[in-house]
Amino acid sequence: MWKPRPEDIKPMSTNPSQPGQPAQPVPPPVAAATPSAPVPHKETPKASDPHRADVGHIGKSVQIKGELTGSEDLYLDGSIEGTVDLRDHSLIIGPNGKIKAAISARDLVVHGRVEGNITATGRVELRKSCTLIGDVSTQRIVIEDGAFFKGAIDIKENTQNVEARKPLASAASAGMSSGSGSGSSSGAVSYSASSDSQGSFLDGK
Amino acid sequence: MSSSGNNLMRWFRGADSSQAKPQEGAKGAPRTRRTCIGLGEFMRNLSGSGEQKLCVLDLGPTSPTNITLLTELGVRVFNEDVLNESRDPSYAVVQEDGSTQIDPARFFAENMDYPAGQFDAILFWDIADYLPETLVKPLVERLQTMLKPKGHLLAFFHTKDAGAESLYSRHHIVQKDILELEPIQGFKLQRIFNNRHIENLFKDFASRKFFLGRDNIREVLMVR
Repeated sequence: MWKPRPEDIKPMSTNPSQPGQPAQPVPPPVAAATPSAPVPHKETPKASDPHRADVGHIGKSVQIKGELTGSEDLYLDGSIEGTVDLRDHSLIIGPNGKIKAAISARDLVVHGRVEGNITATGRVELRKSCTLIGDVSTQRIVIEDGAFFKGAIDIKENTQNVEARKPLASAASAGMSSGSGSGSSSGAVSYSASSDSQGSFLDGK
Repeated sequence: MSSSGNNLMRWFRGADSSQAKPQEGAKGAPRTRRTCIGLGEFMRNLSGSGEQKLCVLDLGPTSPTNITLLTELGVRVFNEDVLNESRDPSYAVVQEDGSTQIDPARFFAENMDYPAGQFDAILFWDIADYLPETLVKPLVERLQTMLKPKGHLLAFFHTKDAGAESLYSRHHIVQKDILELEPIQGFKLQRIFNNRHIENLFKDFASRKFFLGRDNIREVLMVR
């Protein structure tokens, strides 16, 4: 039996017609009054937004000499000489940032100037205003047209990918030997999808 | 080499006596594409290297396209914009006649500092045509030592027909044998090399293979 869908019922509740009377033409609902109106969505933070509450911020007038470590994402627009170690977190170097340091982070976005080697386990982005003098070791790199780079780029394969491929490969070979190859291929697809998810504030890109 | 010696070399190669000046003609100039047989052979050598991770040095201005393409091949990419660095006035010394020249010792103290035999291949592009006279020979000698034995070096040279107004370009490898040339302002052709000059300059290399393009560019693939 036909059942009215919920969205068919809702406009009627705002303008109920009398039973037994022919249905009156319903005026177009006012967006703010109708329950089906789109709720203003909560704005998700963008990757370029350094002023998020969960991102540390170092302003352009700050100068640091020494070792900078942290366990949260960081926006760095000042000057640093020494080392920067954020391990599993992201670092954005702002346009005023002047870094003379070896940098270790998960993801890195460079707008300013960096002199030193970069080690990233995720992704490195060199924006068009950036100057990077040093070697980069990362899994993925994005370089905008206009970025200045002097050094070496070494793309390292994710060790988890390599480890995960081994059982898949063995399963695939086992599947092939038993005459069913489809299971292994679907496993490979699901694996590659999960490996790309990073859960970073760079993900908005 | 003395200043008079350099002038003599410059005259011999038919170069303009004026040093590099900013060139306005390149402003807004469109990118052009050209098919490069030499580049195709260069890339084939990279692709056919098996599982060994190769090291390639790109001496042109930073090209995201090149870095992406080369890293996708599993190559470790090094980038050093030699020509741009050579414009740094801190490397210049004043000569007896009042002119300034780049001091190779100062320049190489801060640039091109790589161990011998580091690279499997070098993209030299057409830098030799635009580089200050004092750096050309020392740089080529340095490149020869930086290459591994049987390593490849790809260089371009403008022919005389290309004209003195030939623009310096950033080279983007869009396909394995197709380049996209993006004109860059501020560099002027310093000299024209003929085949004999090229052979003399790269005399320490084991072999040189010449490809002459229709656009008056001579591609040379050198093997150490």
